[in-house]
Amino acid sequence: MTVDVTPLHRYRNETPYPFCPGCGHGSILDKLGEALASLEIDPSGVVIVSDIGCAGLSDQYFDTSAFHGLHGRSITYATGIKLARPELTVIVIMGDGGTGIGGAHLINAARRNVGITVLVFNNLNFGMTGGQHSTTTPDGAVTSTTPGGNLEHPLDICGTVGVNGAGYVYRGTSFDADLPDRIAEAIRHPGFALLDVWELCTAYFVPANKFTRRDLDATIDRLGLSTGVLSSREVADYGTAYRAAFDATAGRTAPVLIPTTHASDLAAPVAIVVAGSAGTKVRSAARMVGEAAIRSGLWATQRDDYPVTVKTGHSLSEVVLSPSSITPGSAGVPGVALVLSEDGLHKVRSTLQSMGPETVVFTIPAFAGLETGARVEVIDPAAADTRIPKAQLALVLLAAMVSRLGLFPVEALREAAAAGAFSVENLAAIDAGVAL
Amino acid sequence: MGREYIDGSTAIVRGALDAGCTFFAGYPITPASSILMAMMRELPKVGGIAIQGEDEIASIGMCIGATLAGARAMTATSGPGISLYSENIGLAVMGEVPLVIVDVQRLGPATGGATTVSQGDVQFVRWGTAGGFPVIALAPSTVTESYWLTAKAFDLAERFRCPVFLLTDKELATTLTTVDAAAYPPVEVRARETGAGGAPYRYEPSDDVPPLHEFGRGAAVRFTGSTHDTGGYITKNLQTVDALNRHLSDKIEGHRDEIELVDADLEEGAVTLVLGFGVTGGAVRAAVAAARRGGAQVSGLVVHSLWPVPETAITRAMAGVRRVVVPELNLGLYRREIERLAGGREVVGVNRIDGELIDPAAIVEVLA
Repeated sequence: MTVDVTPLHRYRNETPYPFCPGCGHGSILDKLGEALASLEIDPSGVVIVSDIGCAGLSDQYFDTSAFHGLHGRSITYATGIKLARPELTVIVIMGDGGTGIGGAHLINAARRNVGITVLVFNNLNFGMTGGQHSTTTPDGAVTSTTPGGNLEHPLDICGTVGVNGAGYVYRGTSFDADLPDRIAEAIRHPGFALLDVWELCTAYFVPANKFTRRDLDATIDRLGLSTGVLSSREVADYGTAYRAAFDATAGRTAPVLIPTTHASDLAAPVAIVVAGSAGTKVRSAARMVGEAAIRSGLWATQRDDYPVTVKTGHSLSEVVLSPSSITPGSAGVPGVALVLSEDGLHKVRSTLQSMGPETVVFTIPAFAGLETGARVEVIDPAAADTRIPKAQLALVLLAAMVSRLGLFPVEALREAAAAGAFSVENLAAIDAGVAL
Repeated sequence: MGREYIDGSTAIVRGALDAGCTFFAGYPITPASSILMAMMRELPKVGGIAIQGEDEIASIGMCIGATLAGARAMTATSGPGISLYSENIGLAVMGEVPLVIVDVQRLGPATGGATTVSQGDVQFVRWGTAGGFPVIALAPSTVTESYWLTAKAFDLAERFRCPVFLLTDKELATTLTTVDAAAYPPVEVRARETGAGGAPYRYEPSDDVPPLHEFGRGAAVRFTGSTHDTGGYITKNLQTVDALNRHLSDKIEGHRDEIELVDADLEEGAVTLVLGFGVTGGAVRAAVAAARRGGAQVSGLVVHSLWPVPETAITRAMAGVRRVVVPELNLGLYRREIERLAGGREVVGVNRIDGELIDPAAIVEVLA
């Protein structure tokens, strides 16, 4: 049996370009077509990701796959395509405008070294929207938005991506005869590759600046920029490195199931507020109490409040224990409050005042005089047999609370501590709290 | 089996993985970061890819690109990040890209309260991109709902080829909750319908959803965010433009019955309906139970599919009642949708924007 194979060298379609006479876009696209033909890749496996502007129209003149998205974001779409399907050849076509609005993406794609090829159609201004200045407009140049001459320094695209890790970097003009070879080289490069191709915008930049082909080269020289292949080094692309770094068959982390090993005779839900300082294990101690309650057949929730900072400011945990199933929500006035620090006290001061005589507050001697309608139980960590570190204060007071109020067996709290990290320290804190 | 002590974020990640999510991109932001971190940890272990973008724009952009290359993608963010998603939400609408977007709401505007709860994005997710075309938004009110509604979001994204939002919030995403391991309902997520060759888009009949043409499946595919014909070429042909835009709307609006999801607790002869969503749904249920214990005749409705508004279910729940009470953590953003349907009934808000949750007692007070 013989199989008819369709020739894979047709990339440009029959549609004529829509570009202005003398515009460099068509010339660069012809050279891209030549490069693709020389590589003989299946056109459906080539995705041209086009940005916005005149260059953004480019994908329509190719029989390859195409992705035409939003201005400046072409590199992000290309990154997603390449990561999901590494076997695809992904080529970004963007104008100099895209290097401004999408500058962050350009730098980070180079740094990340995703295996895409970026072709910058650099005509030194915005040609589709009326000849405004772009990031690459040379200083002094006249555009519709720089009538007195551009006051900004032009972006060195190649230098920027080069110092940030791009593996293949080329600068030239649309007139370069070897451009098809350089484009093919860039496409073959496994990592991030960029070609900065300078060209003439005959609609705006050329008439506004009496700019010629010779001026293109002269401007590159005046700015002290180099041309040709500026960087070419083999580095594994991000997708390959990512796949090598992980075992794709490792399987997901299994849920942690908590067994019921004890019983509690708690008859109604109780809300416990633990008010302390960030960085003193308030949340992890509160979590241990919830886990212990679950071990005792109860249902628990824990809602935390904290500032955006990590180890400073308050840390509040609201634990609700219930004999029946509960969902996240407001617990109202708590039945129990633990005040561990000034930060915590500051946050719960008004809550403490609204607590009645049927409720209880556990605190340390420093806050013995706090204002509340609740019964206050003062626990002095200094009275313990061993010194209690500040970071264990929450667990010490919670253990004392569990023991004194009989919410559930203390043994369940010990089991929860033994099942987690820092079990030795935590078990010691629980024993200290129970003894106090 | 035992029970878990689990937060809503973890349930969302599990729902996504069970739904077949293979790609995640996100940018660190409180209170959505734990979803990013869990995805970075878990996705590679099942052969997927998770990546931290340089910003939110890049993150959602990568998700859209990956989807066209065959992935099932999700991203997660909060207030300032969902604002940056805006333009790409439009691209996903226009290009008909299945995509799940988790919005863990925090108090806004701007940086607002990063660690503070809010339900202020309920209208933003619906109208947060230029053009005014419909999207789908789901809102869990519990951890188990966070799980299965995430999976449902993936299912609806494939069914309608559009962005589907999962609207949660700081408290629901971070509050640890005890969940019976057997309480997670099994989820079924439809397989992606794909096509290859020929036109990648279809506008007739206007409510029909064409199969997704993915890159690299043997035929060239054209994808575009510009107004396009069925071939994916830019057009200004009046008939084609009209057909495309009606299609983008009709494919969702014409199939509201497939999207409507509510948890209705209706009482015969009820004079009041309490309607809520998200974390406030817990307060709705608690308030309805408390009011009934006090002898009041009251119905409760927790809306799971916020957009399109489940008008059939809401209208049914309102039948016979004189008053609708709508608690939410904003100044009445979803209430306006209820007022639109209320037909002269009194619609009362219970609103809180100080960063604390609504106490069920505050709702019961209004019911008295």
